[in-house]
Amino acid sequence: MNPALQALIVIVVGVGGCVGYFFLSNLFLDKVLFPARGPNAGVNTSRANMIRPWLFLFPAMVALGLYLAYPVFATAWLSLNRNGEFVGLANYSAMFGEPKFWESMRNNMLWLVVVPAGSTAFGLLAAQLTDRIRWGNLAKSLIFMPMAISFVGASVIWKLIYDTRPVEQAQIGLLNALWLKFEGGIGSFLLLRLLPGLFVLAMLALLLWAVWALLRPLVKGGSAGGFWVLAGRIVGALVALFLAWELATWLVGIAGNDLPYGQPMTWLSMPYWNSYFLMAVLIWIQTGFAMVILSAALRGVPEDTIEAALLDGANPFQIFFQIKVPQIMPTIVVVWTTITIVVLKVFDIVLAMTNGQWETQVLANYMYDKLFRALDWGMGSASAMIIMLLVTPILVWNVYNARKEMR
Amino acid sequence: MAEVTIRALKKSYGGLQVVHGLDLDIVDGEFVVLVGPSGCGKSTLLRMIAGLEEVTSGDIRIGERRVNNLPPSERDIAMVFQNYALYPHKTVAANMGFALKMRGMDKAEIDQRVKRAAEVLGLTPYLDRFPRALSGGQRQRVAMGRAIVRDPQVFLFDEPLSNLDAKLRVQMRTEIRELHQRLKTTTVYVTHDQIEAMTMADKIVVMQGGRIEQVGAPLELYDRPANTFVASFIGSPSMNMIEGTVQGGTVRAGGATLPLPPGMKVAEGREVIYGIRPENLGDSPDGIRGTIAVVEPTGSETHVVVRIEGRELVAVFRDRISHRPGDQITLAPVDPAGVHLFDKATGTRF
Repeated sequence: MNPALQALIVIVVGVGGCVGYFFLSNLFLDKVLFPARGPNAGVNTSRANMIRPWLFLFPAMVALGLYLAYPVFATAWLSLNRNGEFVGLANYSAMFGEPKFWESMRNNMLWLVVVPAGSTAFGLLAAQLTDRIRWGNLAKSLIFMPMAISFVGASVIWKLIYDTRPVEQAQIGLLNALWLKFEGGIGSFLLLRLLPGLFVLAMLALLLWAVWALLRPLVKGGSAGGFWVLAGRIVGALVALFLAWELATWLVGIAGNDLPYGQPMTWLSMPYWNSYFLMAVLIWIQTGFAMVILSAALRGVPEDTIEAALLDGANPFQIFFQIKVPQIMPTIVVVWTTITIVVLKVFDIVLAMTNGQWETQVLANYMYDKLFRALDWGMGSASAMIIMLLVTPILVWNVYNARKEMR
Repeated sequence: MAEVTIRALKKSYGGLQVVHGLDLDIVDGEFVVLVGPSGCGKSTLLRMIAGLEEVTSGDIRIGERRVNNLPPSERDIAMVFQNYALYPHKTVAANMGFALKMRGMDKAEIDQRVKRAAEVLGLTPYLDRFPRALSGGQRQRVAMGRAIVRDPQVFLFDEPLSNLDAKLRVQMRTEIRELHQRLKTTTVYVTHDQIEAMTMADKIVVMQGGRIEQVGAPLELYDRPANTFVASFIGSPSMNMIEGTVQGGTVRAGGATLPLPPGMKVAEGREVIYGIRPENLGDSPDGIRGTIAVVEPTGSETHVVVRIEGRELVAVFRDRISHRPGDQITLAPVDPAGVHLFDKATGTRF
């Protein structure tokens, strides 16, 4: 049979099956089970209406149960077994003894902080800057485009950017081609030390200001809000502090490191930095997502509050940070946590670019390694459980915020 | 405090001109109301004074300074917006103090000023609340508080009461008026509600289609409207307009003969519009004969809608009347001196 015909039959049967299910089950409910006639018509109608939502929920609940809830319990069970024998927490203790696991944890934490921070910050910047200009929509389309590329596709593109060839050959990697233009003169000083140094310094200042702004209400006491607000502030401040520490070490490096000019670099095997080169790919993809959501939120800020701030004598920076950003804070939190969940599951990028070599391993790829390469179901399941434990609180927080947003 | 002077002010959006050369003098300490139908340019004028809209040509002066090219924050004005425009993430106190904070004022001084303004407006118990926890009237007061803490030279109000319910509107009207009497700050107030304009203003500016139709004290506008637009816009129910021709010292309108105001000389045969306020119409042996369509008692007075040759006249009676719908009635001006006569061709007053 022609595959197109097969596909058509599947569509007709699938859609027809769904329609048929909803139609027939409702018909059964209304005509046979609780018919709206006879002496009990009123009671029957209200009973039917109580059952109806469950008719609609039933297929989704079965599918979710089969493909989501059952695997969770099965994985939990598998993580306690080795070769079909129950071994308690042995898989976990074996895993905690592996340096590669802790490397994955460390890298995941780094990803967890850097990628959402970078994507949200760049997304917010892009949303604000493209807001009022005529070609803003074109710019937005371009920034959004990476969202349409699969993670593996994006990884291939960026692998070409980071590509390295031997010294005597022409460099096809964009980054190396640029790098070889620098030879240590004044231009190199400006572009590789002064400019990035100033940028990092500015970001550092911004982060320290953020830490201060987040902690100030705590120090002052008074109306600091509820427990969750307090916890949110402390977590936010810790994240900002961590990023500030990273940036400070960068600053030292920018100022002091000897740069090997004239040599092509193997970017993806540079320890520490290669993780950042991988994160750049995800930031590149997720910035578009953050921008679109935040752009809509910025449009929703009432125009008259901005005009009032203008009359109150606020400059554009003050209007942005003190009037606009606080008003879209709930959206920023939702964007941040959504990206955080994507990051915790990050797998394709690492697999396609380094496969976890050179200290770039992350949890999801570690799990894949154990499950499908080492065929160690016990340890693989144990690492899967760790990922789930990490995702769950963020997911709960995200759903909570999204629902609050909708109200 | 300062006077505001506007000279030959024009505003265009692209090729579309919306304000056509306005001249207006606002005296120091005056309460001026800009009133007109929607789209008449009153809000645009206010926003140009505020600096939120650019001036196409002409001059705006506040006090001695020409402010055309000054940013809003340097014009020493404060504005109350229609939707209050409170910062939802700031407390009432922070909302009121924001402008002072932006000015770099000392924290203690800000606190003191905010407290004083809150006392004036009865907002002291709400200083730590967020705007979402306030009622409409309280939000309105916070918006006013935000304006008065700055102690500006001019207050600008952009339809501040249109979001309130009828009862609160009347109450806030009085409050704003009282506040003005206390602070004596020059105020420009935009509204489309002529009652608001009449009750609050020292001076009313009636606008239409980007032009000023008439400027004057409320009763001046009521008693001597410069043209048919002002005549029909000011006063509720609005003035009755009857088209007619001058004949032998009277006005002939349809089958009726109406007296000219005493002392008025109008050329024989001139087409005119004969304007009578509803309260100046009364039962009379001869005049305009018609059928009563509706009787609307309001308690203090009774409005009677009379249908005459397909047109409607409204008469207001102070006394209780026994007329019923369907009755015949003859109406004529009670006081011929209170009649307004306009040129039919131009609409201007004779």
